[in-house]
Amino acid sequence: MAIKKLLIANRGEIAVRIIRAARDLGIATVQVYSKADKDSLAVRLADESVDIGPPQASKSYLNQAAILAAAQGSGADAIHPGYGFLAENAEFAAAVEAAGLIFVGPTAQSIRLMGDKVAAREAAASAGVPTVSGSQGRLESVEAAFALVEKTGFPVMIKAAAGGGGRGIRIARSAEEFHHLMPQAQAEALAAFGDGGLYVEKLIEGARHIEVQVLGDGRDVIHCFERECSLQRRRQKVWEEAPSPSLTQAVREKLCTSAVALAKAVNYRGAGTLEYLYDDRTGEFYFLEMNTRIQVEHPVTEMVTGIDLVREMIRIAGGEPLRIRQNEVRVSGHSVEVRINAEDPARNFLPNPGTVSALSVPGGDGVRFDSMLYAGYTVPPFYDSLLGKLIVHDKDRPSAIRRLESALAELSVEGISTTKPLYQALARDADVKAGRFHTAWLEPWLESHAAGLATAQPPSAAKVAP
Amino acid sequence: MATQQIFSPLPGIFYRKPAPDKPVYKNDGDVVAESDTIGLIEVMKSFNEVKAGAAGKIVRFLAENEDAVMAGQPIAEIDV
Repeated sequence: MAIKKLLIANRGEIAVRIIRAARDLGIATVQVYSKADKDSLAVRLADESVDIGPPQASKSYLNQAAILAAAQGSGADAIHPGYGFLAENAEFAAAVEAAGLIFVGPTAQSIRLMGDKVAAREAAASAGVPTVSGSQGRLESVEAAFALVEKTGFPVMIKAAAGGGGRGIRIARSAEEFHHLMPQAQAEALAAFGDGGLYVEKLIEGARHIEVQVLGDGRDVIHCFERECSLQRRRQKVWEEAPSPSLTQAVREKLCTSAVALAKAVNYRGAGTLEYLYDDRTGEFYFLEMNTRIQVEHPVTEMVTGIDLVREMIRIAGGEPLRIRQNEVRVSGHSVEVRINAEDPARNFLPNPGTVSALSVPGGDGVRFDSMLYAGYTVPPFYDSLLGKLIVHDKDRPSAIRRLESALAELSVEGISTTKPLYQALARDADVKAGRFHTAWLEPWLESHAAGLATAQPPSAAKVAP
Repeated sequence: MATQQIFSPLPGIFYRKPAPDKPVYKNDGDVVAESDTIGLIEVMKSFNEVKAGAAGKIVRFLAENEDAVMAGQPIAEIDV
């Protein structure tokens, strides 16, 4: 059943992105919004909009009943969850289907399976995908865990089975630390996720974060190659690129094949991403987790493959089989994305909501700006700080980084501080230019470069428009 | 004794407790020191403590737990 009217159960730049993809497909759009998002760009662009409650996400964007009522009231036949909020909530996916609507994403069963990090590791292992050495299943006792880490050796990461996205991770470098941290981690996991189940993994220091984009229709699965997202602050990605500057062709082939094997093993439907750690000293990669949704950094894959991932996921949800064969997916050139956040890098990334007094957006060949901004827009304080993403594409990596510098110079968001100065500094950095980094590279770099990250024109000094 | 107001330093969501399953920082009628935390403001997913700012006795809270507040909005009254 082809989708005729799509409700977007999200906000910000991804809501805008989904509206555009739906319009390209001739699908009408319904944007739900909280009171704080009444004036958002997504509401302006959508064909219809529905108020679903107060600013607090728990009372609006996480309010399943209000979203389902908005879908039924507006006559929408499908719901796109975006990322975050309800995107990886199996109960919501099931409730959408139970209401006779289409959930643009995988089945509730796939979400549940991959959401349990222990079950996901087991699925990976049985599909022949390498995982970091560690516990086979969840650990319920400190003694059992300790017996295991005596074999793997330190350092180890203690992770919550119900966690994800870097939450609830502790690193133990000695037996003493391990005995100190295990009970803490257990109590915290129970409080945070309602599930005290833990697992332990060997920590691979100096590893890179590489992920593979897949598209499936519930029967067949293809990959759209990889992205490297090693530049992270507090386990949040800030700079992503495709292809990875660190993979050899042989490893790329093996990595992407392993991702397809795992996604096929679970009959995956929709767009998904398999995250891996990659040790470029040994050439070994290890499955971390699968994200069963569209990701923030999906545009770099779109830029190098020419595939519109959001459009494809909507088509698949409408019942179409995959239209692209694996041998038709080719990578051309290089793409980099940087996340423009409402944070001040000169003040330890202090969040910075407020009114955008003026806005200049970069343009030209190979430059894309996916954002929720317009001049005069007031960024609400209630949600995450992502304002938009600047994405560039060029024939190779050095050219793409040059193009990024030039696009950043054209980008001007006045009235609020943004992370733009961080990317200007990174684009000039010799290690970044050489692709020499890993997931723990950026934080020490920030310590030593804090002084150079001051916003060129602080908001207080910004000129007032005549 | 004079009554003063404690203002939210930032826009965001106001919380009276350090975590959902913990008791409130302060109750109406509690005596507070200047550096005591009386609540949290969540701004773009980062949590910032709100200090009493003056020693005294809390008369009453003007903002409820999980209220959306603006920067400069009074959130409690205090007798100093």
